[in-house]
Amino acid sequence: MRISYSSTLVALLALTLSACGGGEKNVVSGNATGYLHYGNGAEPQGIDPHLVTGVPESHIVRALFEGLAVKNPITLEPEPGVAERWEISPDGTVYTFFINPQAKWSNGEPVTASDYVWSWERALHPETGSLYAYMLFPVVNAEKFASGAIDDFAEVGIKSLDAQTLRISLNAPTPYFLQLMDHYSTFAVHPETVLKFGGMSDRFTLWTRPENIVSNGAFTLKEWSLNRQIKVEKNPHYWDKSSVALEGVYFYPTENVVSEERMFRSEQLHVTQGIPLGKIPNYRAVQNSPYVQAPYLGTYYYLINTKKPPVDDVRVRKALSYAIDRDTLTRTVLRDTAIPAYSITPPDTLGYNPPKLFSFDPEQARALLAEAGYPDGQGWPGLEITYNTNEDHRKIAVAVQQMWKDELGIDVSITNQEWKVYLNTVSQGEFQVARRGWIGDYVDANNFLDLFLANGGNNNTGYANAEFDDIILNQAPKAASREERYQLFFQAETMMMQEMPIIPFYTYTSKRLIHPSVNGIYPNLMDSLNLKYVRLDPNQRLDLTTE
Amino acid sequence: MLKFILLRMAQAIPVVLAVITVTFFLVRAAPGGPFDSEKAVLPEVKKALEAQYKLDVPLTDQYLGYLADLADGDLGPSFKYPGRSVNEILASGLPVTAELGVYALCFALFIGVLAGILAALRPNTKQDYVPMTLAMIGICMPSFLLGPILILVFGIYLEWLPISGWGDLPGDKILPSITLGSAYAAYIARLSRAGMLEILSQDYIRTARAKGASDSRVVFKHALRGGLIPVIAFLGPAFAGLLAGSFVVETIFQIPGLGRFYVQAAFNRDYTMILGTTVFLSVLIVIFNLISDVLAAWMDPRLRTQFSKAK
Amino acid sequence: MSSPTHHLAEEDIEASSLWRDARLRLQKNHLAVVGAVALVIVILAVSLAPWIAPYEYDAQDLNLGATAPSAAHWFGTDIFGRDLLTQILYGGRISLAVGFIATAVALIIGVSWGSVAGYCGGRIDAVMMRFVDVLYALPFMIFIILLMVVFGRNMILLFLAIGAVEWLTMARIMRTQVQSLKQKEFVEAATSTGLSPLVILYRHIIPNAVGPMIVYTTLTIPSVMLLEAFLSFLGLGIQPPATSWGLLISYGAETMEEYPWLLIFPGAALTLTLFSLNFLGDGLRDALDVRGSKD
Repeated sequence: MRISYSSTLVALLALTLSACGGGEKNVVSGNATGYLHYGNGAEPQGIDPHLVTGVPESHIVRALFEGLAVKNPITLEPEPGVAERWEISPDGTVYTFFINPQAKWSNGEPVTASDYVWSWERALHPETGSLYAYMLFPVVNAEKFASGAIDDFAEVGIKSLDAQTLRISLNAPTPYFLQLMDHYSTFAVHPETVLKFGGMSDRFTLWTRPENIVSNGAFTLKEWSLNRQIKVEKNPHYWDKSSVALEGVYFYPTENVVSEERMFRSEQLHVTQGIPLGKIPNYRAVQNSPYVQAPYLGTYYYLINTKKPPVDDVRVRKALSYAIDRDTLTRTVLRDTAIPAYSITPPDTLGYNPPKLFSFDPEQARALLAEAGYPDGQGWPGLEITYNTNEDHRKIAVAVQQMWKDELGIDVSITNQEWKVYLNTVSQGEFQVARRGWIGDYVDANNFLDLFLANGGNNNTGYANAEFDDIILNQAPKAASREERYQLFFQAETMMMQEMPIIPFYTYTSKRLIHPSVNGIYPNLMDSLNLKYVRLDPNQRLDLTTE
Repeated sequence: MLKFILLRMAQAIPVVLAVITVTFFLVRAAPGGPFDSEKAVLPEVKKALEAQYKLDVPLTDQYLGYLADLADGDLGPSFKYPGRSVNEILASGLPVTAELGVYALCFALFIGVLAGILAALRPNTKQDYVPMTLAMIGICMPSFLLGPILILVFGIYLEWLPISGWGDLPGDKILPSITLGSAYAAYIARLSRAGMLEILSQDYIRTARAKGASDSRVVFKHALRGGLIPVIAFLGPAFAGLLAGSFVVETIFQIPGLGRFYVQAAFNRDYTMILGTTVFLSVLIVIFNLISDVLAAWMDPRLRTQFSKAK
Repeated sequence: MSSPTHHLAEEDIEASSLWRDARLRLQKNHLAVVGAVALVIVILAVSLAPWIAPYEYDAQDLNLGATAPSAAHWFGTDIFGRDLLTQILYGGRISLAVGFIATAVALIIGVSWGSVAGYCGGRIDAVMMRFVDVLYALPFMIFIILLMVVFGRNMILLFLAIGAVEWLTMARIMRTQVQSLKQKEFVEAATSTGLSPLVILYRHIIPNAVGPMIVYTTLTIPSVMLLEAFLSFLGLGIQPPATSWGLLISYGAETMEEYPWLLIFPGAALTLTLFSLNFLGDGLRDALDVRGSKD
């Protein structure tokens, strides 16, 4: 018997190939059974509303829990959630929420006001270590409790008047307070369930496991296979369950956008989290394109450490900023998926528009650089851009490096660091120029401008201006009307951008692929996902023919 | 033989201890802690977090505490995925990586030994050159080059096979296993060819052939056992290499295995995860080296005596 | 076979030279010759990069973006509009430099360590080789990753880290060589003349062990280059603005559907160079009739 090498190989290949092929595509089976297959980005760190901070986590938390008020997915105006209505005192500092008697936990128990009191104590408790505790700081004494200055939570401005009535007292009128109620860090958790597995402020106990968790949102957690999938199913006790069309959702950890896009193309996913930039032109050319791009409340910018030379000179900072051709950058490197920005607040933030103090002006840039002592880049001591390891950040840094070389004649080096190292570098101030992005937590210019308060933890630039602080902290909250408030913001932002402590690049857009069978995912400024409204149409298939 | 095994196991303990110690201090020395976040952390919050994870005690105390936990088999909670212990994460990733490794090794052994035998049977002919050149390609083409090319050809152009995941779609284990195993198939082909050549040139083989034994009889009955010794000895180092290779292959094919967890943990400064994985993998490597040495000794009587003389 | 008597004397002397034998055998091995020639071409090309590269290394043309190979750009351009051929030439400098330098580091440490151990024998040998055994058991990939993550990426560290991994095999081989050479008569003769051990080691023994050293050096370089490419692929090796073949391959893999040339050309460059090195090393091994040994 002669060993036939080739015939054995052929036999093996045939055997293995016969094992593959077949198996229904996720999208097809999902449409038939009412399950959405959602590409969710990174594997979530957890799903405890008071402990997580990332976008992938937020999607799951928002599927499982609901806040007092929710946002209309299209207009972003507040709508009833757990609370069926609310009253705001004339001076704007007292909110009374009336909890819907139909609002129930997934174990059938009603959601009560005292659940909220307990949950906010948990969210603010220093031992819980919530990184979003500051969202509740507008509430009386909340900040003091969070910093440990006071011990007794009874002093904090939240009271349950009865089982269904919640009264909140604020330090000052806060126009965006209802928006905060839709932020997951202010959601309520079920006290008895949490306490069954540990103390109030014990972090990441087993209460969030599928077999233990109790939640109040449109879905409940059915399965969590680490690094494979998370499955949620329709919650039969949800007060608005008649509006929910989906049977359930599968969340997949799709950290790699390239393979995520391939999964979408082979109809294994209904929705993706992102899209490789290089694929966008093809998708744009498709009829009924699945590519959805919408403005997103965030700004991409470079922090400048105003304490370190040579960028301690405002003329140098301005020169660097003026020398960047943002239009070309967004058009070529970013493929028109971003909007050039010239300030920190995104345009049309609930009607507020930031000042534009400059544009692409290489002449002026060169003049300023010469004035600062480096004509045509002579004598330039060098500069380093620090960014966290990421393909897109690299692309921009490389392009910017070249632009500065071509327009200003200066040599700039770029260095990337792992996320953790980079965070450390930035918070320690060990950088000259560092890449940064800030996504708004709520739709209001305040949460962009308060980044640059003198002792703001996220300032990192060394920019400190008492007048700026005064406007943001004192004057704006007390403004009589929205116009007056926005005028004050405009004034403050102008003051700040005259010092150029940052180099703004662009306003983010959300970009993803959505299968034609999916209805009800509305792109919005917060890119907040509300799966309640999603419907699947089994008759739609993916057609990628180009026009 | 028993003495040899026990001796090697005893030698392994200081190795593992050294690994733990070096890794521990190396990781702690790194800039960037596990709680650095884009949102500024209130100092009180940071203190509370550090206390919870026992990061606020002196380094040596942390080290001893870790050793104590280790003795209980407790690798601690992951910093990046709080609420999950390192044990749990390892347990979820290990079967995947193990399966990948086994398939890759099977592929490598099957193809490699076959190719090597065929080449050795007819040295310096086409039957020799073709497999050996292919083997060379396998060695020279890194997995992160071969993987994307296989994906491009079989996954995207031909659409025969899935290109990510493990166990989600039928056939998604094929490309990763081939990618990981190909370099080893190549090494094994060369090793088995060399080993077989040496055996086949021996007198007793020539005698068998002179008596009219066919190729396959010669190979299976007489030559295989001796000729494969270098292959068996190679398995130990191959194992360590397969683990390293899994880092890249799991990344390329999005496979939720240990390799990918390890790389992510390193980037995330997930102290406990890094330590736990390193300890675990080191122990595995030590065990595997031991098994491989023992197997090689058992198969070759000449080596047996050598090992029994080891002090 | 008989040979004319008047040639006998010269041939006697010539034929006894190891090197001449080896060279003849090598020349007969076509693959090895091809490998050697290819290697020389590659080394020349990348060394002369600043003079022969068609474009400036960092000349971007954002409006051009990535284009397929054409007359203007033989290998095409990357997403910044930079010429790929230029990138490959400059990247090759780094890849080969890492290969040679790290191997040199491994060589120096390994040869010294192994020869001292082999020559001294006894207790010293046992301790030194035990150390090697211990290190051999470590999961080095893990440590290198950790090292690069912890201490940041700089080239010196890269060379040292990679060199530190490869010296072990070198040490083992050297030790075996030295052990067998130690028994030879010329060493006994040298010892009896009262030469110090160090001198004997460096002047007599090591030069005679050069054969295996050459072979393993030639075979170590490709595995070092693979290691660097692997690290760069994970983002832990060479950092921009510098580039290496490994880095180019990792970028190319990301966009291989849209711009396959970004993957194919750097991949081909790396594979072909490794090919050449391996064939050459194999040929040298056959020519010098070196046997591999584990300990």
